[in-house]
Amino acid sequence: MSKSIPVVSHIGQIRGKNVLGNIMSTVPKLLMPVVGILLFLAIWNVVAKNIDTSLGQFPGPAQVWEQTFTLIDEHSAQREKADAFYARQEERNAARVAKDPTYVPKIRDFTGAPTFFDQIWTSLYTVMVGFFIASIVAVPVGILCGLSKSAYSAMNPLIQIFKPVSPLAWLPLVTMVVSAVYVSDDPMFSKSFITSAFTVSLCCLWPTLINTAVGVSNIDSDLVNVSKVLRLKPLSHVQKIVLPASIPMIFTGLRLSLGIGWMVLIAAEMLAQNPGLGKFVWDEFQNGSSESLARIMVAVITIGLIGFLLDRLMLSVQRLVSWDKNAVLR
Amino acid sequence: MLHKTVKHKFKQVAGSLTLVASLFTASVTTVSAEDIGWPEKEELKFGFIKLTDMAPLAIAYEKGYFEDEGLYVTLEAQANWKVLLDRVIDGQLDGAHMLAGQPLGATIGFGTQSHIITAFSMDLNGNGITVSNDVWAEMEKHIPVENGKPVHPIKADYLKPVVDSYKQAGKPFKMGMVFPVSTHNYELRYWLAAGGIHPGYYAPHKGDTSGQIDAQALLSVTPPPQMPATMEAGTIFGYCVGEPWNQQAVFKGIGVPVITDYEIWKNNPEKVFGVSKTWAEENPNTHIRVVKAMIRAAMWLDANNNANRPEAVKILAKSSYVGADADVIANSMTGTFEYEKGDKREVPDFNTFFRHNATYPFYSDAIWYLTQMRRWGQIAEPKSDDWYMQTAKSVYRPDIYTIAAKALIEEGLADPKDFPDFDTETGFKPPQTEFIDNVTFDGSKPNEYLEKFSIGLKGDTVL
Repeated sequence: MSKSIPVVSHIGQIRGKNVLGNIMSTVPKLLMPVVGILLFLAIWNVVAKNIDTSLGQFPGPAQVWEQTFTLIDEHSAQREKADAFYARQEERNAARVAKDPTYVPKIRDFTGAPTFFDQIWTSLYTVMVGFFIASIVAVPVGILCGLSKSAYSAMNPLIQIFKPVSPLAWLPLVTMVVSAVYVSDDPMFSKSFITSAFTVSLCCLWPTLINTAVGVSNIDSDLVNVSKVLRLKPLSHVQKIVLPASIPMIFTGLRLSLGIGWMVLIAAEMLAQNPGLGKFVWDEFQNGSSESLARIMVAVITIGLIGFLLDRLMLSVQRLVSWDKNAVLR
Repeated sequence: MLHKTVKHKFKQVAGSLTLVASLFTASVTTVSAEDIGWPEKEELKFGFIKLTDMAPLAIAYEKGYFEDEGLYVTLEAQANWKVLLDRVIDGQLDGAHMLAGQPLGATIGFGTQSHIITAFSMDLNGNGITVSNDVWAEMEKHIPVENGKPVHPIKADYLKPVVDSYKQAGKPFKMGMVFPVSTHNYELRYWLAAGGIHPGYYAPHKGDTSGQIDAQALLSVTPPPQMPATMEAGTIFGYCVGEPWNQQAVFKGIGVPVITDYEIWKNNPEKVFGVSKTWAEENPNTHIRVVKAMIRAAMWLDANNNANRPEAVKILAKSSYVGADADVIANSMTGTFEYEKGDKREVPDFNTFFRHNATYPFYSDAIWYLTQMRRWGQIAEPKSDDWYMQTAKSVYRPDIYTIAAKALIEEGLADPKDFPDFDTETGFKPPQTEFIDNVTFDGSKPNEYLEKFSIGLKGDTVL
């Protein structure tokens, strides 16, 4: 008798779960994200109305939506100005050549301020370059550490020490080193770009390195034995066995790295006043106009969306290169 | 022997004659665009700080005055005055909107040492001193009232009891200014000292650049756009800054501007356009052309009794320039100044860009800043009147300004009567009397001027 009560209640639980499960399965899968977002917007709206800052009320979804269009308008206005600028420049060049035939006319880039969308592009480009540099360093070093115990023991302390360092600590050093080392009269890249990209690299090196090392060292021993039986040379061993087998882990690392890189970049741009979304946020904060907070919120959402898209992008690349097409990736 | 001296004399006379002749021809012959020569450098990058007095740069850009001179200029907001100066020194910026004290401070080596010159003064006045609501509530008790409104100008005498009460409670009375060699620092110090509050000395020779030796009010640096937020956070109880950051405090309801610098020293020089000396030597034509474009911008800003100011406000309100709300910028740019909320008063010359020879780089202005650097110990050792004169002449360059102005007159873009008479101008304003403490300033006698202050270093005093 005494045992029957827990059994009954257990059955009740299962029934309850089934009911809930039925509801869940009847709701189309696509609807839940929409519900989540709507709920968030509603809470945001209510909370925003109750926060009064010295720059006016905290922006709700409506103001942010409005500012999105203002930013788009500003972008197209700036493009028109740029067109006018180039047209004027051609006229001026022609006028000058008429007066001074030795003059070699040249078309200069538009001198106007970068718009929000220009800043997005700058940031994306910077993070990609930084991430690329980090990856071509981290993957080979990671493979080396995975293959050789001694290499791993040598690298491990360095990895452990540098991994938790914040980008903001690196930034002053990188800035000074770049200004000292990168000197040329007609530089291909601006110093600010190099500084940002390099800071990103330093910070997104570690997840790729560690995950690659772990992935490589945990290869199924059967695969390693196959390689031994076939007497594969070291290079083909890496190419045929190690790389394909550790792709999932490498990509886990790369995705983490890209995420970190994107976060680091925004902070670096903000602190170093380098062009990009981080600078946009900082400038708006400094402006302190009644629209500033809404514009910053647009940037915040954009940063989030881009971060998400970058991650999806990496995922599809992973699907493309992974040998196990049936593996569950999320 | 006699023969030789005669010959020598003759040579001297002949030499001075040709000099006079060449001076004469220079002033008579036309100075047209071709005479100035094409710019050596066409793509330029200028830095600025988000303040309304960067307007001449924004206007010269937006109205195409730079392009008219064959210059393609990019304007870039800088994080703070130090970053701006460092970037001009290391060549990342070709020139910048600078505090009048910056070229002087840099040239004499207070802070970063580098020879910076200026041939263009950007504006007169334009600053204010704001105190937090709490401090204002205390101050207000002592201020005389007329027609229900406090009597202006408000002297620091009324702040003194507040500072004393903070001192008795053992709390430091902290205020913000924008840079150690900023006009704001000197104005705030002048105002405090005139009211008997010691703002503290610097002692760079002992490595003390905090400027808080013997201080009753502790001044520290905060970048202009962050002033309101810093005061709101309670880190400072007041500040001296340019617009729109005093009006911002009124709009946000976090503080009350008590005085404008116009009332501390009428028509004081505020910002200048600074470039490094090496840059100016490498790009003489470019420099003259930049000054030409900026004179035109200044003329536009003051034309027809400020008729263009509303348009200027719209331009400045763009997020790439000052970026504050247009009505905040308009409050001071259109000839008014709002003290307490609702207490808006006429200050027609609050922001002066061209009138009263605002753009001409006067030696006497430079010397005033040098005297204040000496007064507060930034210049630790006593200096001769001649030293003040030579330093002013090595930094302020009315010669370059004159060429630019004459070219504009020649092109029919400017009227000679809007400028000082270039043939007789000495670069020294007549002794100025309109200071809040009624002390007269004569630029030719800096050491004598310093003797007139009860608070401040003078004579042979070394800390």
